[in-house]
Amino acid sequence: MSGDLRFDKSPKPLTLPLPVFTGRGVIGVSSMRLALWRGAGRFLSPLAGRGKVRGLGVCLPLASLLLFLLPLAAGAVTPGEKLDDPALEARARTITNELRCLVCQNQSVDDSDAPLAKDLRLLVREKLKEGLSDAETREFVHARYGDFVLLRPPFKPGTFLLWTAPLLALLAGAAAVWTATRRRRIFAPPAALTAEERARLDGLGVGRFDDSESRE
Amino acid sequence: MIVETGHYALVLALALALAQFAIPFAGARLNDTALMGVARPAALAQFFFVALSYGALTYAHVTSDFSLLNVIENSHSLKPFIYKISGVWGNHEGSMLLWVLVLSLCGALIALFSASMSERLRADALAVQGLLGAAFLLFILLTSNPFARVAPAPWEGRDLNPILQDPGLAIHPPLLYVGYVGFSIVFSFAAAALIGGRIDAAWARVVRPWTLFAWTALTLGIAMGSYWAYYTLGWGGFWFWDPVENASLMPWIAGTALLHSAAVMEKREALKVWTIFLSILAFSLSLLGTFLVRSGVLTSVHAFASDPDRGVFILAILVFFIGGALALFAARAASLPIGGLFAPISREGALVVNNLLLSACCATVVIGTLYPLALEALTGEKISVGAPFFNTVLIPIFLPLALLMPIGQMLAWKRGDLKAALQRLRVAFLVGVLAAAALGASYGAPFLSVATGGIAVYLVVGALSDLALRVFARASSARAVFARLRGLPLSVFGTSVAHAGVGLALLGLAATGWGVETIVAMKPLTFYDIGPYQIGIESISPRQGPNYAETYAVMAVRKDGATLAKIEPAKRFYPARRMARTEAGIVTLGLGQVYAAIGESHEDGTIDARLYWKPLVTLIWIGALVMAFGGALSLADRRLRIGAARRAPAPALEPAE
Repeated sequence: MSGDLRFDKSPKPLTLPLPVFTGRGVIGVSSMRLALWRGAGRFLSPLAGRGKVRGLGVCLPLASLLLFLLPLAAGAVTPGEKLDDPALEARARTITNELRCLVCQNQSVDDSDAPLAKDLRLLVREKLKEGLSDAETREFVHARYGDFVLLRPPFKPGTFLLWTAPLLALLAGAAAVWTATRRRRIFAPPAALTAEERARLDGLGVGRFDDSESRE
Repeated sequence: MIVETGHYALVLALALALAQFAIPFAGARLNDTALMGVARPAALAQFFFVALSYGALTYAHVTSDFSLLNVIENSHSLKPFIYKISGVWGNHEGSMLLWVLVLSLCGALIALFSASMSERLRADALAVQGLLGAAFLLFILLTSNPFARVAPAPWEGRDLNPILQDPGLAIHPPLLYVGYVGFSIVFSFAAAALIGGRIDAAWARVVRPWTLFAWTALTLGIAMGSYWAYYTLGWGGFWFWDPVENASLMPWIAGTALLHSAAVMEKREALKVWTIFLSILAFSLSLLGTFLVRSGVLTSVHAFASDPDRGVFILAILVFFIGGALALFAARAASLPIGGLFAPISREGALVVNNLLLSACCATVVIGTLYPLALEALTGEKISVGAPFFNTVLIPIFLPLALLMPIGQMLAWKRGDLKAALQRLRVAFLVGVLAAAALGASYGAPFLSVATGGIAVYLVVGALSDLALRVFARASSARAVFARLRGLPLSVFGTSVAHAGVGLALLGLAATGWGVETIVAMKPLTFYDIGPYQIGIESISPRQGPNYAETYAVMAVRKDGATLAKIEPAKRFYPARRMARTEAGIVTLGLGQVYAAIGESHEDGTIDARLYWKPLVTLIWIGALVMAFGGALSLADRRLRIGAARRAPAPALEPAE
């Protein structure tokens, strides 16, 4: 159900290769990559975009940028970036795991190879070394890059509906069930057997009717 | 010539789809059997022509016909044969063609396996299916033509994106699409039932196997995709709560809810309105997913606005079908007769709770996926909704659901006995608690993993103990046990097996918390600890593949000095696209896996590497396979296959209603 259950202390994975490759599922792969590569393709060759150069969408600069950053870029957290203090390093990982790589498609700073992500990883580690708390470090990054950088959206008027959505959905569902119950009386205990039915039942000689046998 | 034939076949298929809609639909209104009879041959012919068209595109890919833009952009003469075939759907145009192929296949399946249903229902369902086909064929022909030619043709293609050059591409999308689009059958039947105004247990019996079919395929498709991501990405992540993944998860959750409510409707004629609604919802979410993925809206709201033809077209299809179905639903739902009654504590009641929790999960995923898009479109504010959000809000809904699953299984229809149900589960509770203690003792923190692991084991034991109780409880002899075993419908096994599969997957998910990771610049011939194992590099060498060059490391995995396995993580470079990709080295030890990926090499002879020990991780996918197997078992149930109810052995024993 919940995919990468990321529990507190779970060690954080990284990507080796390319910032664009969040490669998940083909729909994903093709669409996302398609968008990017179509953009990149347009940039590279007039053949792309079905024979005509199509309007250069917003994704184009991003796509072509990524294209040239891609090859041979070393993977996310490199051994050289790690802090000597394992406790501090673990805290840094937890924080960067919840920061979005701003130039990637849905990748965390922790997973990404983009130079900007690397800068952010170093920035977070630097702040932690300076003695800032986790919350202060997060706030520092948040203040600089805005809400978009937080993979866990902040709780504020704009996201109020988002955060309460699961609860509202549950309540709405419960209300719907309750209304249906009131109006249609779907919840009603089945009537007890009449004396006549009971007699017929006894007449069959199969013993007492057992609810548990009627489960299928 | 073959390519033009394929293009022309697509146009013919569009004409047939329109005929498949209009003629039977009119026939059903006029009560004309001859007109309604057009539905089946039209559906079969439409499938034939779409398949022909698909075959033509495949032919162009296999023969590397670089006069086709689609082939140029996604193929290369040196690309291995299997990727020339699977590369057909590894791009927008081809994957839309696959979408339509599966859609027309669904129509053909209805035409072939609908002997037992009323002619009118079949005609209406096939008409809706035809209309869906027409809409998407039009979409392909107008905005995403895979048969566009280019002159002059270049000598070489630009190759398929390396990340797609993987056996995963051969398996994942077809399965996913069968599941995704398979819900169109249920959608069509729901629409047909609303049009015809007749909705009863017979309808549910017709619909349930198709739901199971689509759900099973979707389960396998999602699991396959997640394993593909896991072994391709170089760090073993398998789910990212990416909008694109959520697009496949939304119909899956709705389909799961539908599976359960359709069971209630079939057995007890209750929850009719809700089941119809879910039937519409499941496919609507498939359409929504298609829109999200295909319109470019995910890349950016602005990208969508700047290149809107495809997006607007799919949006129009989406609005037309979802809106139309919901309007029909609103008009007809109130007139639906009330179904069977039941007490709150009963199998039906439990399934209502199941649907409530699943719907909340589904709504959360939908809202979480669409929220950033909506917020940006409305206020220009940009936020990110990522894994931390989804994990935080969904775990508290899903774990109670997991706790309730075996209890629901233990309750009787109509009126259940909660206390008795809990008593029957005491073994499962006990084993769950012991398992949590054992997991805690051997793996330790985090607590969430320990608790989830315990619930998962309880779920497996609980699911199976339902089966065991039915077979063994108060049985007098081995023969009686055997007789009961034979007497149990396959769908009962299906339920237990599928629920056990959920438990297994949940255990695998819980175990992600106990994974071990080492990021290190590895020296050759030096062994590094990773969990209970040690890994060392024996050699690093270059190697030439068919359309790539790679550097690979041979690593030995040891325990107590004995070499257990050798793995070969590699770094590949594809010159045609100038793109790199990592190949993880993976070995399965018990239920866990050792996973290694290599990065940059340094002048001092070391190479950056990521090493992981992932205990019990294979259970995530084994669990999904078991779930799908449960679905297949239920599908094989005779009652569903022949679409007729088997009479209970002694109908007179049913309490009067």
